[in-house]
Amino acid sequence: MTTTKRGFAHTLWDFFCSLKLSISLLIGLATTSIIGTVIPQGSPPPEYLQTISQNKLQLYDKLGFFDMYHSWWFILLLYLLTVNLVACSIKRLPRVWKIIAEPTLVMDDGFEKSLSLTHEYKMPGDAATLRDKIAAFLKQEFAEPVTTESGGEYHLFAQKNPYCRLGVYVVHLSIIIIFIGALIGSFFGYKGFVNIVEGTSVSTAYTRTEKPIDLGFAVRCEKFSVSFYDTGAPKEFKSILTVLENGKPVPGYEKIPVIVNDPLSYKGITFYQSSYGPAGDGAVHHLSVRAKNGGAPVKLIARQGESVNLPGGGTMHVLESTQEVKSFIPEFSGPAAKIEVHAPNGQTQSFIVFRNYPDLDAQRGGDLIFNYDGADEKYYTGLQVAKDPGVWVVWLGCTLMVVGIMMAFFMSHKRLWIRVAAGRVTLGGTASKNPAGFQLVFDDLADKLKKM
Amino acid sequence: MSSSMLFNVTTLSYMVSMLIFFAFLATKNKNIGLAGSLAALFGFVVQTAAILLRWKESYDLGHGHAPLSNLYESVVFFSWTIILIYGLIELKYKYRVIGAFVVPFALLGMAWAQLGLNSGIEPLVPALQSNWLLYHVITCFLGYAAFAVACGISIMYLVKEKQEQSSGDAPAGGVFAMFPSVRILDDLNYRAIMIGFPLLTLGIVTGAAWANYAWGTYWSWDPKETWSLIVWFVYAAFLHARITRGWVGRRAAILSIIGFAATIFCYLGVNLFLSGLHSYGK
Ligand code: HEM
Repeated sequence: MTTTKRGFAHTLWDFFCSLKLSISLLIGLATTSIIGTVIPQGSPPPEYLQTISQNKLQLYDKLGFFDMYHSWWFILLLYLLTVNLVACSIKRLPRVWKIIAEPTLVMDDGFEKSLSLTHEYKMPGDAATLRDKIAAFLKQEFAEPVTTESGGEYHLFAQKNPYCRLGVYVVHLSIIIIFIGALIGSFFGYKGFVNIVEGTSVSTAYTRTEKPIDLGFAVRCEKFSVSFYDTGAPKEFKSILTVLENGKPVPGYEKIPVIVNDPLSYKGITFYQSSYGPAGDGAVHHLSVRAKNGGAPVKLIARQGESVNLPGGGTMHVLESTQEVKSFIPEFSGPAAKIEVHAPNGQTQSFIVFRNYPDLDAQRGGDLIFNYDGADEKYYTGLQVAKDPGVWVVWLGCTLMVVGIMMAFFMSHKRLWIRVAAGRVTLGGTASKNPAGFQLVFDDLADKLKKM
Repeated sequence: MSSSMLFNVTTLSYMVSMLIFFAFLATKNKNIGLAGSLAALFGFVVQTAAILLRWKESYDLGHGHAPLSNLYESVVFFSWTIILIYGLIELKYKYRVIGAFVVPFALLGMAWAQLGLNSGIEPLVPALQSNWLLYHVITCFLGYAAFAVACGISIMYLVKEKQEQSSGDAPAGGVFAMFPSVRILDDLNYRAIMIGFPLLTLGIVTGAAWANYAWGTYWSWDPKETWSLIVWFVYAAFLHARITRGWVGRRAAILSIIGFAATIFCYLGVNLFLSGLHSYGK
């Protein structure tokens, strides 16, 4: 009974220590990750039904394909990866540590045969003098040696970069640190959004599932603006924000401009420019109108969609408007409005007036000439709100990962042994990486030693 | 002189370089091999000048941004990094013949950019107005380029291995005589990936840092992000496969080719077939 139990534990341990499992997990994660890039994640069900059948929808939903990176089986793969990583490291680390902490100091015949690089020469002089000379040579050309005496011979051992052997473990540790950072973020942080109408403030953000989050302070949007390139493409979205505590502006957090790629942070909560739109209570448009055959212009004020009386009878209203017409009509720029005019005789006409092109409307040939003077429109700014106390842990992990990869790939643990007997010197060496590069170093040292 | 003229010269040089390399394979004449490298080097110098000139042209137009902002510019940069990494590997390991399998990738990129893509210099949309763009794009593309070189080497490996098997123990003849031995190709494949993997890692980390700075989330499982992770997993598998018995050689070469296919999908396929936050190529 107990033996089978131990047998089982052993099998399980071996299973988790296996590199084949790591390769399978890595390939498995790579393959399954594809699913979530093909199926849009987190859309409402009706959208899926446009492309797939009801049955498929149910099946995919059961399999968690609509939020697959948080599905139980994907998370399970990540946990398996972590266990595999930890088990492998526990199994191998002591062996590697022994190479670093308790190096083989003596090169005996058996060990010499296991080394790929060896060299032997005859050298005059007694062993003790040779030993001192070679020790000084190694210290200058390679690294300070440790000398051991055994069986009337002297053994010198010198090494470089022993700690780079830990690089791999630094990388693996960094992965676990990144996972911890991500977990901290998911337990103690949140992501949400706020929409703030110009001139107003909010103190509650909402998550994607419309759950309210109390910010603990308020944020006021003083102003929102968009600017455009000559081509009509947007150039900058800018909100001017003020942080309020108990209704009063916080010094240092007043009228802060926030643009895409330049957020505002306060008390660990960060606000990112992400969208905007009209506030919805309607723009107030300013127009002027005059008769074709002369006369002073009359100023009109028209709310979006509201009918306004015209001098000499008839009415007009604004159908739609834009701050920048270029994206609709490339030949023109600046604000514009589409208006509809009902003449007293019952005729209806709709046309566009542009603020930057006054008197263009005269060419239309109507009895009345309209000029557009622009609109006072209130906008709301849409901001992403995020708090993530785990993000520093993630950056620590990322830094460790890069450092660890550099140690593992670009540094090499180089070791040299020299056995000094009367009249005979034997040199042996090995490196953990780049054997061809080390051979050059080794040959060079052997050469210099001969000439010494 | 405009940058687009220089880019045409670049494309032509890579074409000439590729043809000379093919001639090198056929003739095994050392001088011809050297000429192939020199043609690639000439193209590289002209391309470097062209990229810098285009950067200046963008300032002259009042846009003022590094030439890494749209599909055309990224394809041109990709082809530049491929030649750069190939050049470094050739300098270090002295296997000129690899050029015959790597220069075509750079040529393909340049030809596609010059013939098929809109080369206009456009202003930067708000989402791309950040210095992170530079760090992120440069590290990613250097990584991709190293994987392209590794893919070229892996194709050579498979070709050479097949030829060795079919000709038995007889010394390799024909074009294949020029190829390094399979053992060396296997090693070079690993070395190219050792250059690419840290760069891709840095590319993903700088991307995450940028996303965190601009949007408040370092990871949002956007298709492009996910595909870069897929590529990273494949090469991580490759690295572990190398230290496992039975996975060196042929299987490693195949993994390297799969990795590069995933890289290309990450770079182009995601924009063409999937939707997401990364808007290159629209
Ligand atoms: C399933 C989890 C993993 C396990 C069990 C695992 C295990 C191992 C083992 C046993 C080694 C060899 C160490 C040695 O030479 O003594 C290794 C090497 C390495 N691992 Fe992992 N690993 C895992 C995941 C990862 C991941 C996700 C990365 C991503 C960066 C990674 C990066 C590396 C690197 C860079 C090396 C060095 C490879 C080389 O020197 O060529 N490992 N891993």
